Amino acid sequence: MSRFAMVIDTRRCVGCQDCVVACKTENSVPQGYCRDWIVEEVHGAFPTPHLEIRSERCNHCAEPPCVSCCPTGASHVHDFGGVVLVHHDLCIGCKACLAACPYDARFIHPDGYADKCTFCIHRVAKGLDPACVSVCPTHCMHFGDLDDPTSEVSRLLASRTHHTLLPEAGTQPRVFYLT
Amino acid sequence: MIELTTTRHNPLIDPSLHVWEWQIPVYLFLGGLVAGLMIIAGIRLIVLRPSRREALVCCTIGPLLGLAALSLGMFALFLDLAHKLHVWRLYTTFEPTSPMSWGSWILLLVYPALLANALAHLPEAIPALARRFPVLVAISDFILARLRLVLAIGFANVALGVALGIYTGILLGALGARPLWNSALLGPLFLFSGLSAAAALLHGILVLSAPDEERPAFADFLLSSLARVSGARPLDPNAGPVLAGADNSFLTIELALLGLFLLGHLTSTAVHRQAAGLLLTGPYAAPFWVFVVGLGILIPLLLQTLELTHRIRHTLAPAVLVLFGGIALRVILVAAGQESHWFHALN
Amino acid sequence: MSTDQRVLNAAAPSVSRRRFLKITAASVAALGAAGTFAESLSNGKPAEKGLRQVPTFCDLCFWKCGAIATVRDGKLWKIEGNPLDPLSRGRLCPRGTGGVGAHFDPDRVRTPLLRVSERGQEKWKAVSWDEALDFIAARMRKIQATYGPESFAAFVHGIGGTFLKHTLKAYGAVNIAAPSFAQCRGPRDTAFRLTFGDDVGSPERTDIENAQCLVLIGSHLGENMHNTQVQEFATAVGRGASIIVADPRFSVAASKAKFYLPIKAGTDLALLLAWMNVIVGENLYDKAYVEKYGFGFEQFAAELRPYTPEWAYPETGIDPDTIRATAREMARYRPATLIHPGRHSNWYGDDTQRVRAVALLNALMGSWGRKGGFYIPSSMDVPAYPYPPLPKPSKPKIESLINKFPFAGENISTAIRDATITGKPYPVKGWLVYATNLINSLPNQDETIRAIQQLDLLVVVDVIGSEIAGWADVVLPESVYLERHDEMNPELFKHPFIALRQPVIPSPAHQKPNWWIAKRLAEKLGLGAYYPWNDIEDYLAARLKAGGYSFDELKRQGILTGKQPPIYFDDGAPATFDTPSKKIEFYSTQLAQAGFDPVPKYTPPEPGPPGSYRLLFGRAPVHSFSRTQTNPLLSDLMSENSVWLNAAEARRLGLNSGDYVRLRNQDGRLSNRIRVKATERIRPDCVYMVHGFGHTAKGLPHAFGKGASDAGLITRYKTDPLMGGTGMNVNFVTLEREA
Repeated sequence: MSRFAMVIDTRRCVGCQDCVVACKTENSVPQGYCRDWIVEEVHGAFPTPHLEIRSERCNHCAEPPCVSCCPTGASHVHDFGGVVLVHHDLCIGCKACLAACPYDARFIHPDGYADKCTFCIHRVAKGLDPACVSVCPTHCMHFGDLDDPTSEVSRLLASRTHHTLLPEAGTQPRVFYLT
Repeated sequence: MIELTTTRHNPLIDPSLHVWEWQIPVYLFLGGLVAGLMIIAGIRLIVLRPSRREALVCCTIGPLLGLAALSLGMFALFLDLAHKLHVWRLYTTFEPTSPMSWGSWILLLVYPALLANALAHLPEAIPALARRFPVLVAISDFILARLRLVLAIGFANVALGVALGIYTGILLGALGARPLWNSALLGPLFLFSGLSAAAALLHGILVLSAPDEERPAFADFLLSSLARVSGARPLDPNAGPVLAGADNSFLTIELALLGLFLLGHLTSTAVHRQAAGLLLTGPYAAPFWVFVVGLGILIPLLLQTLELTHRIRHTLAPAVLVLFGGIALRVILVAAGQESHWFHALN
Repeated sequence: MSTDQRVLNAAAPSVSRRRFLKITAASVAALGAAGTFAESLSNGKPAEKGLRQVPTFCDLCFWKCGAIATVRDGKLWKIEGNPLDPLSRGRLCPRGTGGVGAHFDPDRVRTPLLRVSERGQEKWKAVSWDEALDFIAARMRKIQATYGPESFAAFVHGIGGTFLKHTLKAYGAVNIAAPSFAQCRGPRDTAFRLTFGDDVGSPERTDIENAQCLVLIGSHLGENMHNTQVQEFATAVGRGASIIVADPRFSVAASKAKFYLPIKAGTDLALLLAWMNVIVGENLYDKAYVEKYGFGFEQFAAELRPYTPEWAYPETGIDPDTIRATAREMARYRPATLIHPGRHSNWYGDDTQRVRAVALLNALMGSWGRKGGFYIPSSMDVPAYPYPPLPKPSKPKIESLINKFPFAGENISTAIRDATITGKPYPVKGWLVYATNLINSLPNQDETIRAIQQLDLLVVVDVIGSEIAGWADVVLPESVYLERHDEMNPELFKHPFIALRQPVIPSPAHQKPNWWIAKRLAEKLGLGAYYPWNDIEDYLAARLKAGGYSFDELKRQGILTGKQPPIYFDDGAPATFDTPSKKIEFYSTQLAQAGFDPVPKYTPPEPGPPGSYRLLFGRAPVHSFSRTQTNPLLSDLMSENSVWLNAAEARRLGLNSGDYVRLRNQDGRLSNRIRVKATERIRPDCVYMVHGFGHTAKGLPHAFGKGASDAGLITRYKTDPLMGGTGMNVNFVTLEREA
């Protein structure tokens, strides 16, 4: 078994959106939509604000509410690395999963089905990194298997402080942010 | 103060979720109404017993209206789907964790139950139809001759009605990502709102069919036309006060549930408090207090109390207000719920 | 939309389809591909199947990163970095990755256009290439005959202009300028040449990846997305390098800094002088280095004395303790302390002196020629093509006649503009503009338009219907970089290499590569002899062969790398300084002789009108200048800019993030509407916006009116007396709520 995860170093990230545009070309994401995006979070006041920049996407949660609410089984957890995916042909476009995702990571593709980040599973299956990871000019993104203690993601999580998004939502995200 | 900016701009998602427009609240309202109609009709069927052949029309007109309302509601739901041609996929699987899957299967059972309920007393309710299709009389006779079948139909209607009503609330309540919806109380709230709507609807029909002198003048034309077409007997005016009384009970319970629902949020996390704030003081406060609480619950309660104590005549007003309040409740909860968010609470 | 407008945008796909249609069309999957399918049919070739990869180099900005484009079933799919490329190291920036959108840009010019109404009305007639080039050649000959070829000037940006410049030089033109000098990096290059005798270059010779301490003054790396620099910046951040950022805005780089200095705009030189005062006063500088390589240190040290941190405090707003702490921090890590020279450095009119202070601070750190400072670059030797000798100009270029800016190392675009308006020192009657949107790149648009009105011929070679194209007499549509060959790039860099640009896919309509345009124009001008080659591949093959390189290998790999010579003095790189003293000039005799301050002196910036905010502008990582806003991929990432306003100021003005305002400058010029970004990330006395938005050209319907243009508000500029650069951060605005 493997559990794929992404570890993103917010210290290195400059928020350039290369991950976004790489995803758009790799996955032919239609114009006006995105599967990943940049969030800038500012705490404090000038002249001593604190800024965290994050590349966000589907968190491929271990407890995915989008999967449990799906009436047709279109949203599912894939055996390969526990990635959360959508069968386009099973999806009826009811949008329950969009409403169920606390991260608003999904959207309705113009062709009618729910769509989102796939962790570029088609690339991962070929031994490549997801497009966003492979393109990042700051090398702030890492992809790998949490079940492999020697993987880069496991090592980074063991050695650096990190957080996930909305852990209180109980979804157990698999995208981690190093601080 | 936290400054949060995102580059995401996905349709239906940003700046705040708006995946559901009018279709879903209409569907939820009609679903609730049907649930109420089923429960009332089911109880009536059980209570009436087949020996008494004079029908109470809420056993027949109610379910028939229910069938129509349900079809309309499902059509609204269908209109909301983004991948319409794949709708049949709902029925190739059962997903036990998905309220929507439960709902789609419940809806499949609701149709025959409603139909059976309607058929039980159809000949008395609409003699013209029965004259044209004698088979309806045979069906009715067949059902009414079998006590256990009548009871089964009655209990099925009550049980499915409760399930349907609660499901319409749980559909939203199960979506933990939207703090405003995230309460199991939405189930009973929508159920009792559905019951009050159903009672109000039937009450309204009975008011319309009451003797001339008690009838609001504006309904004359409508009613006479209806009577001509159906050849129906005047409806049972005795049921009016009963239904109005029931409606008042439902409205009181609904009000209490609404209070508890909000109380639950106000005593929960900051995220939930902020979500409740959308209704209590935020952008949805005015329509919520005016349309849902005031016009939708309190005023009909008052009017119906006055009717029951014979201070005023029975009018259509409470029925219309309750139905309107039922729609408003869903429209506002669906809209405000989509706006409620874990992230926004940071600001 | 007029017929003429349709010519410009005939390929524009319908972007927004009604949602209802989407539902019914869902099963008709082929619908979206109909356009490209039809175009591929029109080629009469069988449809291409499968995947194909072509190495080339990027043209979204001037960095020229090596890239590999993938074509899927005959359609451009994606572009990735070339791992062999020392610039991209296999990773492009967002613009490079989004280069796919340059090919699919709906606002591309599709055919040569001839103006049919008044200039600037953007009414066109589509013509053939022969008609267009005949028209241009006839006018050029007339200018040549009447005024001389020097009266035909050109503004050219980037490597794509190589062949057009060759044609113009063969014609006899001498006034060929790039706004990238007088409007961008000129002060920096001049200052470093005055100090070290050499340019910082492009790509900058900054050894950021090895810097222990990196000082950024107004430089917003990360937002300014120069690929290699940003990669190295992230490496430095990841390594825990000490980063010091002085900027009126809390930039992305500032968020990574150990010290953020919220400096008052326009006072950077005061901070630099105070830093040097501390470093010299406390003997923190690299004595051995300064003694070995420095010239005039004593005079320099004496000049610095008054500039104490206490003196600098009221000017800069940075308290003396912080100035001292940061100065000591820099000294602690020297020589691996890099005070970044910046790039766009035309800010306040005293820019060469300010950047000279940057150079001197680096000299005190001993960072020039040292690891973690400035390395010594090298390039691979590719002999020039053996062209016939170019004609000798009969008149000198404009700058040398006006003799105003003694240290301008390149032609000054704004000086050509002035000469065009005044006719002095001689008339300028024709312009060719290549790959630079002059309306938005030169300050004061009125002056540019007034100059254009004096012209007998304005030719614009561009890929999209930019503002400057809108003013042209003839617009020549160029193929985008993915569809053409270009001059090869033997880059001067840390690791020497040669990069090849080669076509990935055909142009979608009648666009042509610049080399073809240049060669054809030369032939029309009777200058065919200056093009002894037939096809650019012949040209490239000949040059590579002369250098002993394999063209086939270059075509296959996109990159040829050479051996890296020593890049630091300590490793044996030659420590030579091409200054009059052959040393690092702490005291500049040539400046003194020309009547300028031999050691930089501070003059406070002029304040703006009361209640106004100083207008600052900069870059976003997803756009290049004003030329990528119609790229469908990049506009999707950022379709309009916003004006950054301090959160407290926003509250005072009753403005919220997302509200639309218009900016009015000190001369009453009103901007297009722009959204407010109320933020804790900027000083309360200035506002900031990303350059390149607020397009006004009808030829850019997909960017028209989105966001506001800083260029439109830059009516004033302050000219650098040393090199003619135009300091543009001297404009002030107020905000007016948009109803």
